[in-house]
Amino acid sequence: MSSAVSASPCPGCIPATQASEEVAKKIKANLRFSVPSVHCAACIAKIEQGLQAVPGVRDARVNLSLKRLSVQADDTVGEAQIAEHLAGLGFAAYPLDQEALGNDTDPEGRALLLRLAVAGFAMMNVMLLSVAVWSGATDATRDLFHLISATIAVPVVAFSGQPFFKSAWSALRHRRLNMDVPISLAIVLAVGMSIFEARQSGAHAYFDAALSLTFFLLIGKFLEHKTRGAARSAARELSALEVHRASVMIDGQAETRAVSELAVGDHILVPSGMRVPVDGDLLSVTAQMDRSFLTGESDEVEVQAGAALQAGEVNLGAPLSLRATAVGEDTTLRRVAAMVELAETGRNSYTSLAAKAAQIYAPAVHLLALLAFLGWLVASHDVRMSLNIAVAVLIITCPCALGLAVPAVSTGAIGRLFSAGLLVRHATALERLAEVDLAVFDKTGTLTRPGFDVATSGLSAVEQAILLGLAQASDHPVSKAIAETLGAQMKPAPLERIEEIKGAGVQAYFGGDRVQLGRADWLGAEFSGTGLRIGSSQARKVETTETLRDGAKSAVATLQKAGIPVHILTGDRREAAVDIAHQLGVLDIQAGVRAEEKLARLKDLEERGYKVLMVGDGLNDTAALAGAHASMAPSTALDASRNAADIVILRQDLASIPLALAVARSTVKLSRQNFAIAAGYNLIAIPIALAGFATPLLAALAMSASSLTVLANAMRVRLVK
Amino acid sequence: MNVLVVLIPVSLILGGVGLVGFLWTVRNAQYDDPEGSAARILLDDDAPID
Repeated sequence: MSSAVSASPCPGCIPATQASEEVAKKIKANLRFSVPSVHCAACIAKIEQGLQAVPGVRDARVNLSLKRLSVQADDTVGEAQIAEHLAGLGFAAYPLDQEALGNDTDPEGRALLLRLAVAGFAMMNVMLLSVAVWSGATDATRDLFHLISATIAVPVVAFSGQPFFKSAWSALRHRRLNMDVPISLAIVLAVGMSIFEARQSGAHAYFDAALSLTFFLLIGKFLEHKTRGAARSAARELSALEVHRASVMIDGQAETRAVSELAVGDHILVPSGMRVPVDGDLLSVTAQMDRSFLTGESDEVEVQAGAALQAGEVNLGAPLSLRATAVGEDTTLRRVAAMVELAETGRNSYTSLAAKAAQIYAPAVHLLALLAFLGWLVASHDVRMSLNIAVAVLIITCPCALGLAVPAVSTGAIGRLFSAGLLVRHATALERLAEVDLAVFDKTGTLTRPGFDVATSGLSAVEQAILLGLAQASDHPVSKAIAETLGAQMKPAPLERIEEIKGAGVQAYFGGDRVQLGRADWLGAEFSGTGLRIGSSQARKVETTETLRDGAKSAVATLQKAGIPVHILTGDRREAAVDIAHQLGVLDIQAGVRAEEKLARLKDLEERGYKVLMVGDGLNDTAALAGAHASMAPSTALDASRNAADIVILRQDLASIPLALAVARSTVKLSRQNFAIAAGYNLIAIPIALAGFATPLLAALAMSASSLTVLANAMRVRLVK
Repeated sequence: MNVLVVLIPVSLILGGVGLVGFLWTVRNAQYDDPEGSAARILLDDDAPID
């Protein structure tokens, strides 16, 4: 290759890398990377020892569970330097934005774990003492055991029970009942009653019941927290991967700034293939933009100087410059957030299965305990015995199994889906997904792969080889796509005097003939877009096509087979949509739909009685994603769209969508079964408690047995295929 | 029954040791990377790092 190629001018890139390292020097001594390919002990050793060789690196530590690397290094070491070194070791590494990633440690989770550990410790000790009481300890020995149990139980309940007390208190303050109200009441009453009984040298004390209640329910709370935490941290990692820097021209020098520091009027450079960071007016003469994220159009758009560019567009042509007109919260990208909020209100008012159960259950338990107290009071005129029975009813009915019923299943389901490359972001997502009976797909970037492939069928083998040779000499996104498509099939033609002409294309000589690849008007052609010209012949258009994502076909077919009709809703031209729909066997297509209309179309479907699953990636899908009954977005989507979706598809293929549906349905089924199991135990235990035959031993047995059954049943969600 | 005076404190202390040990492992970030910890036992630490 000639020297012109290696010096391939990309004015935006070179200063940008240097400058970004300078920023890194100032703000980061501790660097973090996502390293998706690390998978074994040998990888850990290779990376950690390999990085020791980099001067300035003090410590490197791989987290295999998160596939992340943190590096402690001197200020002189930049992200780019380490990423390059890792690439040399054979690992692709992506720097993570510290701010977006936030702090790794999870103080709330650790606090819950601490409470759980303390409750578990106390439960075991008090249970041992209780076993002694149940085996027949009497008189002073029993009183001593009760006294020791009380000394352990009271401080532990006061400490470990706080999450329940707080949640119950805030519900009561808003004049509502949640599951934590009967739980708190049962715990507090059980301890209070037992202290009273112990002081009266009574036979029955429920210290162990109060503690095991706290312990089992804390497990439920902890599981719930872990699931939400895992989703949050994965979502944060996705946004931390996005570029948060831009090059700004200051006094003729390119400097790198964080996107959050850009101001209106700044002169910003956007390298080829990069996303426009803020809204602005184009300063370059012309530019080719990919607006598919904003409009769903798959064709590139050509704009002239002065045109308004929106944050989120991708620069397909030569590096361009723009003057910022809106930054941060004011950009088009951010204004979508307002639309999302509006659409989301429907989702937030969805009542989850657990909440529904609590609505029935909480008043019923209180009423039952109160009736037991009043009934026995009238019958026996013995306040102490009546209160004892009422407390026994509360403890026995207390929703140990109910508290575990949903979190145990959804934790398993979310873990199962995560291993299949699906990230569940919303607490009630699975329950809503289970009810879906119609699926709407966006086309560009969702059913089709992001970026484009090149249709080369009209070209001869020699022409293809020339095309490949020219394309390999350029960094232009279209050239890269050509090189990728053809590079796998053939060798490039031997070209001479290759030269990249900025803003126009690439030219070279093949056996004495001049060959050119570039903008149509540069080639003197009639059409628009990219063309290829060989010798003195007419320029030919290089057609870019869309390719279906892997698994799109099977996902659509499986959905249709399961009786879920599939629609396509796209902002692109009708012809492009029909072509894709034909390949997939989809009949319902709505093309040319603008962003504002997408949500309205969904609402139409919902009014006709459908519960819609929306799958989309673009900014134009964002409101629809937030407004649909359930929604999914591929991880290639913009931050805003990902945040609006219930589930993010982390892999490049769509084949896992039917699995998500199957898991969601079995989640709901198993949760219902768990409620039935818990209710079954209650049906047997309540009459015994009401009749006054309940003992602490019976309470302990019922509680442990029902909790374990529910947990075992929940495991079955991992078996869904 | 006098043996209880010894046994109960002993059992509580032993349980307490377990509790403190567990809390130490949590604080010591030993649950942050379970897969990594499982893999690291295979690494040969004796080899000098050059």
